[in-house]
Amino acid sequence: MIRFENICWRAERFELGPVSFGVPTGAYGVLTGRTGCGKTTLAEILCGLREPASGRIWINGAEVTHLEPARRGIGYVPQDGALFPTMTVRENLGFAPRLKREPREQTAAQVERLASLLGIGQLLERRPEHLSGGERQRVALGRALAAKPAALLLDEPLSALDEQTHVELVRLLKNVQTALGLTALHITHHKQEAAALGDSHFHLENGTVTEVPREKGVLRS
Amino acid sequence: MASANPERPFLTRCIRKSAAAPTPLLKTSKISLVWILLALITGGYTLFLLGLLGATAAYSTPAHLVSTLKSREIQHSIQLSLLTCTATALLSLLLAVPSGYLLSRTTFPGKALVEAVLDIPIVLPPMVIGLCLLIFFQTPIGRLLEKAVPLTYTVYGVVLAQLVIGAAFAIRTMRGTFDHLSPRPEAVAMTLGCTRARAVWLVTLPAAKRGMFAAASVAWARSLGEFGPILVFAGATRMKTEVLPTTVWLELSVGNLEAAVAVSLLMVVFAVGVLVAVRKVGERV
Repeated sequence: MIRFENICWRAERFELGPVSFGVPTGAYGVLTGRTGCGKTTLAEILCGLREPASGRIWINGAEVTHLEPARRGIGYVPQDGALFPTMTVRENLGFAPRLKREPREQTAAQVERLASLLGIGQLLERRPEHLSGGERQRVALGRALAAKPAALLLDEPLSALDEQTHVELVRLLKNVQTALGLTALHITHHKQEAAALGDSHFHLENGTVTEVPREKGVLRS
Repeated sequence: MASANPERPFLTRCIRKSAAAPTPLLKTSKISLVWILLALITGGYTLFLLGLLGATAAYSTPAHLVSTLKSREIQHSIQLSLLTCTATALLSLLLAVPSGYLLSRTTFPGKALVEAVLDIPIVLPPMVIGLCLLIFFQTPIGRLLEKAVPLTYTVYGVVLAQLVIGAAFAIRTMRGTFDHLSPRPEAVAMTLGCTRARAVWLVTLPAAKRGMFAAASVAWARSLGEFGPILVFAGATRMKTEVLPTTVWLELSVGNLEAAVAVSLLMVVFAVGVLVAVRKVGERV
C-alpha cells in the first residue's frame, strides 16, 4: 500500500497540501490533475527526492518519510524515461542488480527475462539516443522493475507517445502490474489512460487530493 | 504571365501584380543580401587572422625556425610549458567539476556572490592576478603555505599562476555542462539504490565527459598563452621558470626577432592542435 498522510510542501510561490490518500496493496492508482498543480512534486516527495514540510508517507505498512530514496523500494519511471545516456539498454536494465552486487549470471538472466516481458529483447545493445519514445519508456519500466520495487511510481510515462504506442504501452503497463502484483501510482492528465489503467482514481486540485469514483474520475481527468 | 488589361486602371494593375508576385523571391533576395554581408564580415576577419599568421610565418625561413627551436633554452621552455599546462589542466578539472556541479545543481544564500568571485580571474587583467598572488604569499598565511610548497619564483608558482586563470574558464565550462545535463537520471539512480555521490559518479560524470574534456582543453590552452601573472609571480628566469610566452618576451627584449617568431609559430601549432583535438576527440568522447 502507498499512503500519503497530511503531506504538505511549500516553495516560494507554491503550496501543496495537506494531502492524504492511499492506494491499496496490489491496486493501480491513478492521480490526475492539471499541468503545474503539483503532481510531479508529490511524486518526488513519494520517492524521497523532496522532503515534505510535514506529514508522513507509508509504503507497505512501513513509514518511509525520512528514508533515503535508495531505501524506499520505489520503482520510479519519470516522464522522459531519464535513461542513463552513456549506458546501453542492457546496462540500464542491469543497473540496480549490479548495485546490489547480485551474481553476474543472475543479473544477465534477469535482464533477459525483463527484456522478453517488455518486448525489448532486440534493443539490448542500443544506447538511449537510438531508441524511440515508446522503447525508452519500456526500458525505463524495465530498469525500475529490475530493482524489485515494493511499489511502482509512474509520472506521466506515456505523455509524449504517438497514439498506437500509447495504446500498446497502456496494455503492457496493466499486464505487467497485474502479473507482478505490484502496487502502482500512475500520474497522468490523459483521461483514456486513466480510465484504462486505474483501479483507484484520485484528483489533485488546489493543493489537495480527493478520491473520486471511477466513472467520475475518468470524466474529471 | 497574365497580360495587362489596358482598360484596368494602372494603380489596380500594379497592386494586383504586386499581390501576385512571388513573395519568397523578395524574401530570398533580402536573405541573400544578409548572407552576403555576413559572409563578408566573417570572411574578412578570417582573412585578417590568416594574414597575421602568414606574415609571421613568412618572416623567417624554415631552416632558421628549426635551428632556433633546437636551442637548449627554448627546448626547456617548450618542455616546461607542456608540463605546466598539463598539470594546470588536470588541477583545473579537479576544481571545476565539484564547483560546476555545486553551482549548477543547488541554490544557496550568497550564490551570486560566489559566482562573481569565481569569475574575477576572467575579467581582471592577468598582470593584476600575478600581483595579487605575489602580495598574498607575503602575508602570514601565504608564508606558511610557502613553507610547505615554495611557490614564489618557482615552477610551482608557474602552475599556480596558470591555474588561477585556467580554472575560472574550466569552472564556467563545467557549470554550463551540468546545466545542460538533466538531473533526472541522477535522481532515478538514487531511487534505484545509489547515494547521491555514487549517482554522480556512475551516471552524471560519464555523461559529462565531453564537457570535462572541453574544460581541460580550455584550461590547457589558456595556460599556454598566459604571460602576465607568470612574469610577476614566478619570474622570467631562463632554464627555470621560462615558459613559451616568457621566451617570446625575453627574445623580443634582446632584439632577437627570429627566435620570438619561431616560438610564436610553435605556439600557433599547439593552439591549432588543441582546437583540432577538441573538435575531433570531443565528438567521440
